[in-house]
Amino acid sequence: MKRFLALLRSVRRKRSEGGERRVRTDGGTTEERSTLRRWLDSDIVQSSPFWLPPFLLMGFFVYAAIGWNLLLSLTEYSGFGDPDYSNLGLHNYRAMLDDPGMWAATRNTFVLLIGFTVVCLIVGLLLALLLDREIRFSRSFRTVYLLPFALSFIVTAQFWRWMYNVNNGIVNQFIGLFGLGPYNWLGSPRLVLGAVIFALVWQFSGYTMIIYLAALRSIPNDQYEAARVDGASTLRMYWRVIIPQLRPATVSASVVLVLFALKAFDFLYATFDGYRPRRGADILATKMVRESFGRSEWAYGSSIAIVLFVVSLAVIAPYLYNQYKRGNL
Amino acid sequence: MSEETVTTEEAAATEHETGGISIGHVGLYATLIGLVGFYLIPIESGLVTSIKTPTALQETFPFLPPLSSSGITFEKWQVAFDFLAPGMVNSVLFTIPSTILCAILGSMAAYGLTLVDWRGQIAVLALFIAGIFVPYQAVIVPLFQFWSQYMQLSARLSFLWGLPLLERHHATILELIITHTAYGIPIVTLLFRSQYKTMSEEMIEAARLDGASVWRVYRRIVLPLSIPMFAVVFIFQFTQIWNEFLFSLTIIGSTNNPAASATLILSGLGQSLEGTDYPLRMAGAFITALPTLLVYVLFADKFAEGVQT
Repeated sequence: MKRFLALLRSVRRKRSEGGERRVRTDGGTTEERSTLRRWLDSDIVQSSPFWLPPFLLMGFFVYAAIGWNLLLSLTEYSGFGDPDYSNLGLHNYRAMLDDPGMWAATRNTFVLLIGFTVVCLIVGLLLALLLDREIRFSRSFRTVYLLPFALSFIVTAQFWRWMYNVNNGIVNQFIGLFGLGPYNWLGSPRLVLGAVIFALVWQFSGYTMIIYLAALRSIPNDQYEAARVDGASTLRMYWRVIIPQLRPATVSASVVLVLFALKAFDFLYATFDGYRPRRGADILATKMVRESFGRSEWAYGSSIAIVLFVVSLAVIAPYLYNQYKRGNL
Repeated sequence: MSEETVTTEEAAATEHETGGISIGHVGLYATLIGLVGFYLIPIESGLVTSIKTPTALQETFPFLPPLSSSGITFEKWQVAFDFLAPGMVNSVLFTIPSTILCAILGSMAAYGLTLVDWRGQIAVLALFIAGIFVPYQAVIVPLFQFWSQYMQLSARLSFLWGLPLLERHHATILELIITHTAYGIPIVTLLFRSQYKTMSEEMIEAARLDGASVWRVYRRIVLPLSIPMFAVVFIFQFTQIWNEFLFSLTIIGSTNNPAASATLILSGLGQSLEGTDYPLRMAGAFITALPTLLVYVLFADKFAEGVQT
């Protein structure tokens, strides 16, 4: 590496000598040329070949698509011919206010988003604290706990349908040992959302564990020892020394968890064989797909999509702002 | 994270500590092994269910293996494989190219937005990062319209379908490659950026002051140092794209489409008016999960290490 840098240095020296000479001899025209040159040399132009192509590709499919979606949500498009963009209005959003399904779906979306994220963080932290000790096979334990993370929503949904089966599902057999149940976990409007969250926590808590383990291991050992020398109890040590340092890990883990919660549609689709989940488990994502692809209410579906987008923005905007203020962006 | 739960954990931790080394250790290992059960039983139950004959299914508990050898059958695996094989091929065909494209484009974007400073950079970066959190539902209607009405690749590329090995449904695969790449870029950019930010700034600045071009710094310094992150991104994106469902549902549409992905076929497998064929579904689930499980078993440690950087 050193030799390489030295080589670069010599190349640079030669080039800059040549450049200076040119500036001196060219007289009046240098001014103009150097402005252009300076612009071409500027970091924005120099770096654009790197970020601009990915940006354009993503920008088109993400941001232009959202713009288009917003436009569609103002039309009355219901799948025949081309959408009529000449007569735009807020009627779809007005229709939402009278749609009881909309309120239920919004509520369920928030319950799922927050419940899943919080429980996953807690379970992941517990797992990480258990594993962050001198134990044998810690690597194997870690591997097993992370295993469900490798599976797709569609696959895990198959497993949990079977787990929650009313007649011979393991969950009912297990709680039967304590004289409880059986419950129709996926059929009961009061239980279904909790059952879905439980299954998703099973799938993703291993990921949170990995993040917390990494954070715990990055805390220098002498901090534990210093706390112990000071006579702090284990409880106090965790509360005062360890937990505060896990903040960045908590933030980055919750961001990824929110991301997965937004994709819970896949899980519900596979659990209920389509975008018609049992009452009590309908979220904005399933309602959106059902209205558009199921009932051909494309414009109404688009307006639900916009609401979903706003919900996710409301969750994520504080994070982005916070990162920006801390200079992490 | 609520305060209440944290204190509960602490209480548990103190109990372990105060309970003496041996009792504490027994409790710790019992908990860890109990958790192994919790994380493995759904998978184990699926596995034993997939090899049971209908009578064994009736007679045994869902998590117990068939009690006698006459209760074992691999017929469902055979049937599931026949259904899923074309889907597996399709999934490979779009997952691998999009994973590679995502990694390359994401690494380039992260470099362009991290190691070079210019005004407005933050705004562009914010758009990249916000792109991670866009729910797919917010774009699927335009996406569906774009690929099915305005940019029908199967018609535009019709001159290709006479060539050997190329078939009409590969147009749909290409649509999936482009879509998955576009939506993978934000998260991959963020992953690479988190690493590039921690790279020694002095080294890069020294190289730049010495006249190395932006491109040269990338190729000779940044790229070699980001190989571990490439591994993480490959594992993460391969799993994400292989497991993705909503884009398949939107762009491919039906299980009968010759371009149907493995997850799409699995979502409809073994479902009939009489009910769900659970053994068939379980066998299908394992076949579909095989590639990601393989990647996971081979590279889980790499992933865990990479995430820690």
